[in-house]
Amino acid sequence: MIVVVNGTQREIDPGTTVLGLLEGLGIAPDTVVVERNREIVPSATFAGAVLNEGDHLEVLRFVGGG
Amino acid sequence: MSEDRFVIGGVALESRLFTGTGKYADDAVIPEVCAVSGSQVVTVALRRVDLDSAAGNVMDHIPQHMKLLPNTSGARTADEAVRIARLARAMGCGDWVKIEVISDSRYLLPDGYATCKATEILAAEGFVVLPYVNADLYVARSLADAGAAAIMPLGAPIGTNRGLKTREMIRILIEEMALPVIVDAGIGRPSEACEAMEMGAAACLVNTAIATAGDPVGMARAFGRAVRAGREAYLAGLGASRGLAAASSPLTGFLGQGDS
Repeated sequence: MIVVVNGTQREIDPGTTVLGLLEGLGIAPDTVVVERNREIVPSATFAGAVLNEGDHLEVLRFVGGG
Repeated sequence: MSEDRFVIGGVALESRLFTGTGKYADDAVIPEVCAVSGSQVVTVALRRVDLDSAAGNVMDHIPQHMKLLPNTSGARTADEAVRIARLARAMGCGDWVKIEVISDSRYLLPDGYATCKATEILAAEGFVVLPYVNADLYVARSLADAGAAAIMPLGAPIGTNRGLKTREMIRILIEEMALPVIVDAGIGRPSEACEAMEMGAAACLVNTAIATAGDPVGMARAFGRAVRAGREAYLAGLGASRGLAAASSPLTGFLGQGDS
């Protein structure tokens, strides 16, 4: 099934969780914040948050800034 | 000067220099920049993770004890600033936020009205809100009413290193506002940070001037000293300036006085 991650479509297996998605992308879960369909996904729920077809995800982290 | 307390959002700070983390050629110098400048507060921005390349993580270079001040850069509206602030807080690094709402890409000037709206929403949600704004007394008063923890007027447009172009307006903010006034943006030289502190600014936020210096660590040390010197001068009370000369040495008892 298809989800949109940071503006780009990605094919994932049904049943994939937020944690599974991050691990699949090689992202350490404790370095990012995730928003799904404009709602923040608390990091404590990454492992249980199952993705749905068409979900829009934003995966963000801190970068240098002023 | 242990009695010279500087408290923001309930946190007592020793240093009145805030530093940015953007534009460094190598983020690995950030710990030393923090150490030599004495800065205890650093700004960061929130951005999408690049899924196609494993970029370094700036957080690996920010010492644990630093107070994190995420900005809402990239926000063009109050709603976007609120969204970014909530996401930043969800990172678990505290509830401070520097509100930045900018829709002008040429001069990166902040939208005072949108900043007030975002400040009101976020302060009500318990954020410690430090808004980046023009040096405008009415905007500053609105921000105070909205629950801001400080006012952060620009000295000159972001990243220009042009100094305290808004000097007179900042002076008025310092005089009129009970909130701390933290000069943010435009400060290019330690002498300019020193001057802002002499005027009574509560603190300065410096990024570009340090990060793009030939030697960022050396410049960070210079800024730390300049901010301290300016604060000490402010506390000591500057002597009055005047138009005509006034001799510092006695005007009596000159050699040969009264000789014919």
